[in-house]
Amino acid sequence: MEWETVIGLEVHVSLSTKSKLFSGSSTEFGADPNTQASIFDCALPGTLPVFNEEALRMAVRFGVAIGAEIGKRSVFDRKNYFYPDLPKGYQVTQLDFPTVGKGALTVTLSDGSEKVIGVTRAHIEENAGKSLHEEFHGMSGIDLNRAGEPLLEIVSEPEITSAEEAVAYLKKLHTIIRYLDISDAIMAQGSMRCDVNVSIRPVGDTELGTRTEIKNINSFRFVEKAIISEVQRQQEILEDGGRIIQETRRYNADKDETTSMRSKEVANDYRYFPEPDLLPVVIDDEYIAAVKAQLPELPDARRSRFAEEYALSEYDAGVLVSSRELAEYYEIVASQSGDAKLAANWVSQDLLGLLNKNNWELADSPIQAERLAMLITRIKDNTISGKIAKTVFETMLEDESDVDTIIENKGLKQVTDSGEIEKFVDEVISNNPDQVQQYKDGKQQVIGFLVGQCMQLSKGKANPAQVNELLREKMQ
Amino acid sequence: MALDKSEVEKIAHLARLHVSDSEAEEVTTRITDILALIDQMQSVDTESVEPLAHPLDVVQRLRIDEVTEENQRESLQKLAPASEDGLYLVPKVLE
Repeated sequence: MEWETVIGLEVHVSLSTKSKLFSGSSTEFGADPNTQASIFDCALPGTLPVFNEEALRMAVRFGVAIGAEIGKRSVFDRKNYFYPDLPKGYQVTQLDFPTVGKGALTVTLSDGSEKVIGVTRAHIEENAGKSLHEEFHGMSGIDLNRAGEPLLEIVSEPEITSAEEAVAYLKKLHTIIRYLDISDAIMAQGSMRCDVNVSIRPVGDTELGTRTEIKNINSFRFVEKAIISEVQRQQEILEDGGRIIQETRRYNADKDETTSMRSKEVANDYRYFPEPDLLPVVIDDEYIAAVKAQLPELPDARRSRFAEEYALSEYDAGVLVSSRELAEYYEIVASQSGDAKLAANWVSQDLLGLLNKNNWELADSPIQAERLAMLITRIKDNTISGKIAKTVFETMLEDESDVDTIIENKGLKQVTDSGEIEKFVDEVISNNPDQVQQYKDGKQQVIGFLVGQCMQLSKGKANPAQVNELLREKMQ
Repeated sequence: MALDKSEVEKIAHLARLHVSDSEAEEVTTRITDILALIDQMQSVDTESVEPLAHPLDVVQRLRIDEVTEENQRESLQKLAPASEDGLYLVPKVLE
């Protein structure tokens, strides 16, 4: 039987406010346990929440960036459950009247096609604390620093049909959030987390199959692998005549499989009700317009601009705008070197290759935009060849001196003096009589070999165009 | 709508309340009475009434995003039955 996959994603993003959602406690990462947990965060009786205006602004900023309906009147609700890292016994969230309503993201897939994926809603809620289950004399340790930190939960429509689309959606979301500067969105650190709802159904069916939810996946790659393995599992069960149980599952990366966490049937009665300690939050058109006016240039718009302004392919432009920092880096290199195309190649290939190889962020790169621009400038003015530039680039990783100093010290300057080039050419011609004869007999492609010999002889420093020209002249 | 005893036991469990067998019967009757009241309220035509999120007709005031709280760990942990290495200790919980 042919099956189709239906995926919905719930993404939790930690908003980068200075203080918590409802209290004045710091949200600084990495503080000593419970040093950022006030009497409100510990849920001492008599304390009351006061809503952080910046969390609201960030949520609206996200909403207008994805063209969503903005809830002009949002209402907080209590979601009740008991767990020691949730001292109040409920999480404050938004159930029926979220701050961000329906919107959409456009993702680009590997075959170059585009797909619009709907966002159902995005609501503001508070984070729970952290439970540590290591040995504390048979007890669990609770750290409430994270309790009450603001989260934005972004819920997609069940319109995603493959692991590839899911990852494309997540990456797009990640890029937009980073452009908006509303969260670090670092999956490995938990400031962006993803729950995946997966079900399958026979192709052509209109009703959804029973879904499972895979909780707390912390990398893009694991999202992809978890979906592939869960779809496989469900398919095997259904083809054997079994049925899928609606439950929460966990992805085990070592075994590349999902395992059951707990059945949701008992736990899913959260007994929501409106939070009586908070009043409805009301914003007007003016507020929304002001947030909209402050939006930065977003990735899609920037990609189109790059493609047009710098004459790049949509693909190259897409790579360069994939992070705000990279796009800004590229613009410096392009404008200072005066060669947008060459800059695009160096940034998207050499620089990104370097970052990937070392698992670096752009900020870790020892080669700043201004230095790379200078390197490209020296290729353009024929001081060095493109090939020698690679050597200079490598050197720049360890040597912080400026590009010209490196070229000078290492003696890498391109030889453009025709007298010197002639010496190389003469030597190669006398050393390779067979090839020279072949060339004279009309086998034109031998020239490539001879140019290569000259370049080798000059240790890459001869200007290849001049070598080519001189060789042809001499072999006539 | 009437509740039976097992539903009351489930609700009590979710709320982490202990309801003894003898109490359960009385509690069941009382909750059923409340539900009857709700049924009665739901029969009212509210077509033209705006949903009410809060009885006060005012809106939420917002707080400027700044850190105003200081570390009070020491005094707060004095209130806790057990703590160690800055963590509050609770009976072992595992998912």
